[in-house]
This record gives sequence, C-alpha cells and structure tokens, in this order.
Amino acid sequence: MSLLSFYARNSQEVLGLVGQHLYLVAISTGTAIVIGVPLGILLTRRPAWRGPVLGVANVFQTVPSLALFGFLIPLPFIGGIGATTAIVALVLYALLPIIRNTYEGVAGVDPAVREAARGMGMTDRQLLTQVELPLGFGVILAGVRVATVVSVGTATIAAAIGAGGLGVYIFRGVAVVDDTLILAGALPAALMALGADALLGVAERRFAWRAR
Amino acid sequence: MSPALEVRGLGYRLPGKGKETGNGRFLVRDVSFTVGVGETLVLLGRSGSGKTTTLKLINRLLEPTSGEVQVAGERAADLPVTRLRRRIGYVIQDVGLFPHFTVERNVGLVPRLDGWPPARIDARVGELLTLVGLDPDTFAKRYPHELSGGQRQRVGVARALAADPPLLLLDEPFGALDPITRVELQREFAALEGRLGKAMVFVTHDVREGLLLGTRIGLMLEGRLAFLGTQDEFRRSEHPEVRKFMEAA
Repeated sequence: MSLLSFYARNSQEVLGLVGQHLYLVAISTGTAIVIGVPLGILLTRRPAWRGPVLGVANVFQTVPSLALFGFLIPLPFIGGIGATTAIVALVLYALLPIIRNTYEGVAGVDPAVREAARGMGMTDRQLLTQVELPLGFGVILAGVRVATVVSVGTATIAAAIGAGGLGVYIFRGVAVVDDTLILAGALPAALMALGADALLGVAERRFAWRAR
Repeated sequence: MSPALEVRGLGYRLPGKGKETGNGRFLVRDVSFTVGVGETLVLLGRSGSGKTTTLKLINRLLEPTSGEVQVAGERAADLPVTRLRRRIGYVIQDVGLFPHFTVERNVGLVPRLDGWPPARIDARVGELLTLVGLDPDTFAKRYPHELSGGQRQRVGVARALAADPPLLLLDEPFGALDPITRVELQREFAALEGRLGKAMVFVTHDVREGLLLGTRIGLMLEGRLAFLGTQDEFRRSEHPEVRKFMEAA
C-alpha cells in the first residue's frame, strides 16, 4: 500500500495526529519560553546563579528522553500516562537552549553600548527593554529555534507514553513491521522539524543586529 | 555662583581583600578640582592612572568610596542616578551607538527619555547633526553600521549634547580613529568648544590633544592628581611626570 493512498484513506486520523503533535510542541515550547526567557534575564542580573541554574537545565537536557518520560510517570499530578507528562518532559527539554541563549543574548550586548546607555541615564528597565532585549533578540530566537526542533523530535517519542502525535504511526509501524506506516509518521514529523527550523531561521536572521 | 563641576577629595577603593577583588587597592585617591562654564579640564595620564575611573565617579557609573562630587551646586550623591546622568553628556572611545537605532533615534535618546514632544526632538536632532558636521537629510535615517568611524563619533558627540547638559564628560573620544580623521575631529572640536559654553572634562593620554583642547590640564599619576594648572603652567612645570609627557609630544 502506497503512502499516498494510506493518507487518502486515513486523512481524518492523520490530521488528528498532526494536530496533537503541533499541540505538544506549541504548548511545551511556549511554556519553556515563558519560564526560560525571564530566567535567562535573571541570570544576567545575578551571575552567581548562572552555574547552578544552567547545570540543572543541562541535567534535564542530558537525560535520554525516554528515560525522562520514565522518571516522570510515577510522579503525582504531573506524571502518569498521557499528554501532561509528555508536555512536562518537553518543557524540561526545551529550557536549556532558551535559558542559555537568553543569557548569552542579553549578556553579549557590546559593553560600550551598555555603558553608553547607562551613562546617558537609562534605568535598568529601559536598558533591558530598549537595548538588551532588542539586540539579543536574534540570539534568543536561535535558542527558541533549537528548542522547537528538539521538541518536534522528542514529541514523536511521547507516543510511547500515550501522548499521541505522529509517533503513534512510527511505533505502530515498528510493531507490525510496516514501512508505509512508519513513513506515514516519520515523514510529516521530519517536515515539521525542517519547516520550524527554516521559519525560525528566517526570523532569526531578520534580528541579527550583531552581525552588522 | 557654584561651578558647573566641583570634585572634592574624590576616591575609589576596590572592594575586598582577595586578589580577585583587587586587594582593596585605591584606583583614585584624593582628587579635587573644579570646572567652570566654558572651561575644559583635560585629564592626562598613562593607562591605568585613574583618569577613566575619575570620569565614572563623576556620573556615578562607579560610586565614590570617599569624597564628593557637586554638579551645578548639587551633590551628585543626593540626586537620583538617572537624573544626574541625563544632566551630564557622556562620550566614550568606543562610542556605543545603539546599532538597532537610526542616527536620529540615537541622537534623540536622552530627550526622549526625558519626555520631550516629538517635534521638538526632531528639531533638536537636526540642529545637532548640523553642528557636528553631518547633513541631517543624508544621515538622520542611517544606521550606525552604515557610518565611518569618524561619522560615528560625530553622532556620539551630538547624542551627548542632545538634552543640552551643562557638563560634558569625554573619555578619549578620538582615541580609536585613524590619525587623519582624529586631527580633523580634534580641530573641529576645538572650534566647537568655544561656541558650546559647556563645562567639560576631557580624558586623554595624548598630550598634543590635551594641549589643543584643554583650558587647564590635570595630570594623573597612580590615582592621584599629580599636577593641575593652566597650559602655561603645565609647559613650565618641573614635575618629572609632566616633563616625560612634554618630551613625548
């Protein structure tokens, strides 16, 4: 059975899984941004916290994804089988690139620009919102891009704990040794990752002030 | 009337005892001078002599550990730091223009922070760009990366003058420019000084620049003001560090 006829016959289910996959990625990346960007900014103001915070985020990122799902499942409230556990894991995964790039984007602003801004009487808030964040935006976006692409990939594994998404086809295909079924999940997941990468890459270059 | 700037017994000591924090070393010690309106005090000295630190103590980018700074009769330490700085123009060697702002927005920054109406900011920006020798029609909409080094520093000077501050601090503003552009800007700046009627503190290690631009010269050595006097007094001084600088000119 060809891939196209498979899609034609199962269009409802395919669209449902694509929707689930996008949902997992969007919710988790969005949450990681809401937590990670302020945390990254905080680290530029409290440099002593940088080591511990990045260290913890690094641990989450380093633990294999399936193992991380495994650790979360027994936990009350955030654990169990299903999408919530997957989202928590994806958020933890996405945090490191976002925190680190926010820190680097803000801290990496040319010291002369920062000195001029403060010397001219900008408040810390004005310095942040008018100078540091706009100038660091490209670098922050690069972190979001990495986080998004990683999320698209890791979300395929989330099917293993019952979170849905395109991984459902891949796991099912592996179980029954059906290449078409595997491809039916793998292809759109790959395209989704490439698409997110390209789109955010364009946005990132648009804001790359530092390179000029 | 109180002078535009009065500095009394100014000192800055690095915190702490550990090596990393500088062993509590003094970067600036017991520096006193006044600068009146229309006067330019040149602070001359070798690298690490405390000139730049002194400037930063005046606009409180560093907080003095001893002594006092008064700007137009008001104690700098008593003013909210942002208000103090908006009254003091600040020009640095690396210019520090905002790369994501046009020339126009860079120059109009302090007026905008102070909430001037847009029309007044526009007029002021045009006036200042003309003053520093940049045609507003050509340059107002450009970004810093589209300017040469000399043009950038002209914008830097215009930006420092924007809110018409009575006091201007300049930290080796022409130090990073090529020799030809540097001489050009020094000459123009010398002509500008008289017209502006500001009090200025100008930091440099270039004694020729100091003699061109300064109404008075202060020589810093190891954090202290080793000499302070007029140009004539400076030329005639027997102070060994002054002699070394004069021989280098």
